[in-house]
This record gives sequence, structure tokens and C-alpha cells, in this order.
Amino acid sequence: MNERVAIVGLGWTGFRPVTPEVSYRELMYDAALRAYTDAGVDPRRDVESFVTVAEDFHEGTSIFDEYVPDQLGAALKSMHTICGDGLHGLATAYMLVRTGQFDIVAIEGHSKASNLLTIDEVTAYAQDPVLNRPLRFNTHFVAGMEMNRYLHETGTTREQCAAVVVKNRYNALANPSAPYGANLALADVLSGPMLSSPLGHREAAEHADGAIAMVLASEEKARHLTDKPIWIEGVGWCNDSPSLESRDWGQATYTQEAARMAYRQAGINNPLQMIDFAEVDDIYAYKELQTLEALGFFRPGEAGELTADGFTTPEGELPVNVSGGSLGWGHLLDATGLARALEVVLQLRGEAGARQLEDVEVGLVQSWRGIPTTSGAVAILSN
Amino acid sequence: MTANIKEFPGTPLSEKDFKEGKILFNHDELKGDFAWDTGIAIGSYLAALKEGLILGATCYTCHKIVVPPRTVCEWCFNPMDEYIPLMDTGTVNTFSLCYVTWDVKRIEEPEIPAVIMLDGASSLDSGPIMGGIMHLLGEVDPEKVHIGMRVKAVWKPPEERQGSVTDILYFKPIEEE
Repeated sequence: MNERVAIVGLGWTGFRPVTPEVSYRELMYDAALRAYTDAGVDPRRDVESFVTVAEDFHEGTSIFDEYVPDQLGAALKSMHTICGDGLHGLATAYMLVRTGQFDIVAIEGHSKASNLLTIDEVTAYAQDPVLNRPLRFNTHFVAGMEMNRYLHETGTTREQCAAVVVKNRYNALANPSAPYGANLALADVLSGPMLSSPLGHREAAEHADGAIAMVLASEEKARHLTDKPIWIEGVGWCNDSPSLESRDWGQATYTQEAARMAYRQAGINNPLQMIDFAEVDDIYAYKELQTLEALGFFRPGEAGELTADGFTTPEGELPVNVSGGSLGWGHLLDATGLARALEVVLQLRGEAGARQLEDVEVGLVQSWRGIPTTSGAVAILSN
Repeated sequence: MTANIKEFPGTPLSEKDFKEGKILFNHDELKGDFAWDTGIAIGSYLAALKEGLILGATCYTCHKIVVPPRTVCEWCFNPMDEYIPLMDTGTVNTFSLCYVTWDVKRIEEPEIPAVIMLDGASSLDSGPIMGGIMHLLGEVDPEKVHIGMRVKAVWKPPEERQGSVTDILYFKPIEEE
């Protein structure tokens, strides 16, 4: 059994609103090739198992696993697809290495959101077909209702949620691969059209195309391959009830539980003190606030005020979504959690360029699988 | 085993019961519209079909040709070296006589899906052709189709081609001399 697992290779391509010049396979190949080159491994010789994250409805082909091996160098090798968020895929790759059966494992996630012309109609297929779908609501209503209850329970304001948009899209200006960088004022966010009240259209991340690949290795292989291994100190994941009728609408309990699992493994008992920065879900602006509270950084109701005060800016006490998050870097469908992890690895390696944070040793990654799910994952990484 | 049961218990349902609303059910249709970017390899392949050419890609490292072309060689993971036109003649690798249509209707005359291993365009081609065209056979007696049968593409007229795999209507047997 391998006790410790490190991320030893990173590759990504994108992220852009459209990528008409390449197929999804070519997008995946580009990211994978970069990750293998970064890790100094040959996928045909060295990589022993491969994991992809993909949702068939997003791809337009069922049993998507079958369409993966060639472009990852995985033909005639152990591979499978995780139908979950990218961070679930990272957790799976981590476990594959932990078993001791595999020493080098690759994980890939991608988005060709631009190819999905009826994304809202397809997302509606995540609603219960008998109980909820016949009511014919656009699935954004789930986020609207969740935000409404969250604001109600915590006293958080719409302005404080809008502050997340201002911060993350401003952060994206320092990220060369982020398509949605902008210098906005609160009023610019709040004056936009409503999506599903109280949720405004400008508080929801726009989609982007892109692909991300990582190479994971056992400690022995990692020390051989790189002088900058990024250790996976803990991973956790959790689902609440799918029921719209009985779920906890105000709090992200699933993230709280996923964090508890990851913190236990990583030995974290005081997140704010022990974690230097975080990349968390912000597909909708309020989710960043709700998530930071679920992660135990703040008490319920504190995140909005602290965000408005600059506590989570790159210069603040706890930098959150320095990459620009989904709001600035784009909503990457099933690859979203991997994008959050990508930034944490870059920061811990000291390779984040103009947005590099100083003296960071421990970073947190959190992801949510999007509406209408209660599916979250958390990982703790260190250098 | 069921052959021994003369009468099944329970109440059989008919189409009429559903139409008359005697049965509770939900009907829903998926609106899933996709526009897949074909990209470099498949985009080139489809554009070539419109011109009446079948493109393959060759890897000099592995000495293999694949059709349809790809940007990466699945064996060595290097980029493919060159796209080359192949002949529109070939040999049936496998086939089936299919008596049920796409939309699930029984038919008397079978449809014949086949994978056809194409002939290389010249003796300079770097190696064996590893992929075949997944297509269908036509102008052929189903009884006479066999693995190893020599066939040739029947193309749509140039003005009707759209850059699609259906620019080839079907493959038909080559008259053996």
C-alpha cells in the first residue's frame, strides 16, 4: 500500500467560451500531453491507470468511457470514467494509488460546453422525472431557492454576494487563461437582469471550454519524478438527500461533511489557522459564501461581511479563488473541481505568475456538482 | 420454461389502457441538441469525403495507418505524421445481416453494416491499415456476402455531397474476373 500520494504533473488547455478549431478528443489530448510532459512520464510506458470525469448527457454520447483511451494514451490499459465532478475523479485517482496496485495514475476532465446547445434543457434532466420535472421550471430555480433560504437564515445580503463576483472577476484579470476577467463595481453586478430571484444573472458563472489533466504518483515515484511534489493530505466527498422536498436549503451540509472527512485525514482542526488559501465553488456567487461557512472558515452569516471587507482577496487573510474561480475562469461542467485543484497546485508550486501568493504551504480545494445536486468534495493539498 | 405455463397470472396491459388514461404514467422527451466540433482530424476527413477522397493518418514510428484519421497515434502517443488519401476499394473485415431497423421495425430484406479495410493508395504507405470504414453494403445478395469479400465505394454525385460519412452511399462488390 502507498501511504502518500502526490500530484506530479499538470496540463491544461483553454479556457475559452468556444473552441471550434478542436474536437473534444483533441482538447483532451492537448491537456494530457502537457501533463505527461510536465511529469516527465510516457503514458504508454509509465502511467498504469487512467481516470476521466464525464457526464454522458454533457457529452452527447452514452457510456463515455469508450471514447476516452486513444487521446489519453490509455488504449489497452486500465481506465474508467467517474460520473461526478473533477474532484471526485481526483479522489478516485488518489485511491487507486493508495491501493498500491498502481504507482502512477492520470486523471482528466474537460468541458465542451459550447457544443451543448440546449444546456438548460439537458440540466433539467437532473430533476426528478415524476415529482419535479412536470412543474417545468428552469433548473436555476434550485439555486434561486437555495440562495433565498441562505440569505434568510444568515442575514447575508445581495450586495455581499455581488462582492464575490467583483472580487473573482477582478482576480481573473491576473490569470492569462481566464476568459471572464473584468473590473466591475457592485452596482454593475446588481443592475443586471434577474435569473431566479434573488439570484441575478451576473452572479452565475458563464460556461467555458477546456481540459485539465493531472498525473498522480506514489511517494517513491513522486520523489523520483519531481522536486516539487504537491501532496494530497486528505480528500472527502459527501452527498445530501437529492430531495428538493426535504434537503437542507440554507446550509451546504454535504460540504461540511466532505470537509470533516478531508480534515480528519489531513489533521486539520482549525481551518482558518492551518490553511493558507482556498479555491472553492462559485458557480453562483452565494455558493462561495455558503461554502466558506460550511468549510468552517467562518460561522454562518460571517462570510458575506468578511468578503465585502476584503478578507478573501489575494491580499486578505484568507485568499479565496485567486484564479478567478468559475465566475472568472469559466464554468467547466464536470472539470470544474479540477480547475479549482489546478490553481491550488500552481500556487503551491510557486508557478502562478502574476497572481502568485507568498509563503503558501497548505491549500484547500472544494467543489460542488452544480444544480440541482447536493454533491460536494474537498481536498487538502500541501507542498 | 415459460412454455409450460398455460395461463399467466395477473392483468395484461394494452396500449388502449394507456391511451384511455387507465394507467398512471409520465411521458417526457429530452431536448438535447449538440453541435460537436469536428476538430482537426475528423474535420479534415469530412472535408475530404466531400471531394470524393477517403483520408487516413499515418504514424511513421509505429508504421501504421488509421482511418478515419486522428491527431494522435494511440500506440505511441506521438502526433500522427501525415494524412494520406486511401483507395475507395477494400475488403470486408466483418459484417452482419440486420433484420431490425434503427427505429425498431422488422424487415424482410436485411440491412448490411460492415467494416471495410481499405486499400492503401500507394506502395509508399508506411504500414498496415489498422482501421476500416464503418459503413454499409449495397447492390449485393445478402446470401453472398462474406468476410474477405472485395468491395468498392459508391459515391453520391459530387454536387450532393455534404462532408458527411453518407457522402458514400454504400460499398458494393467488385465483380471478380
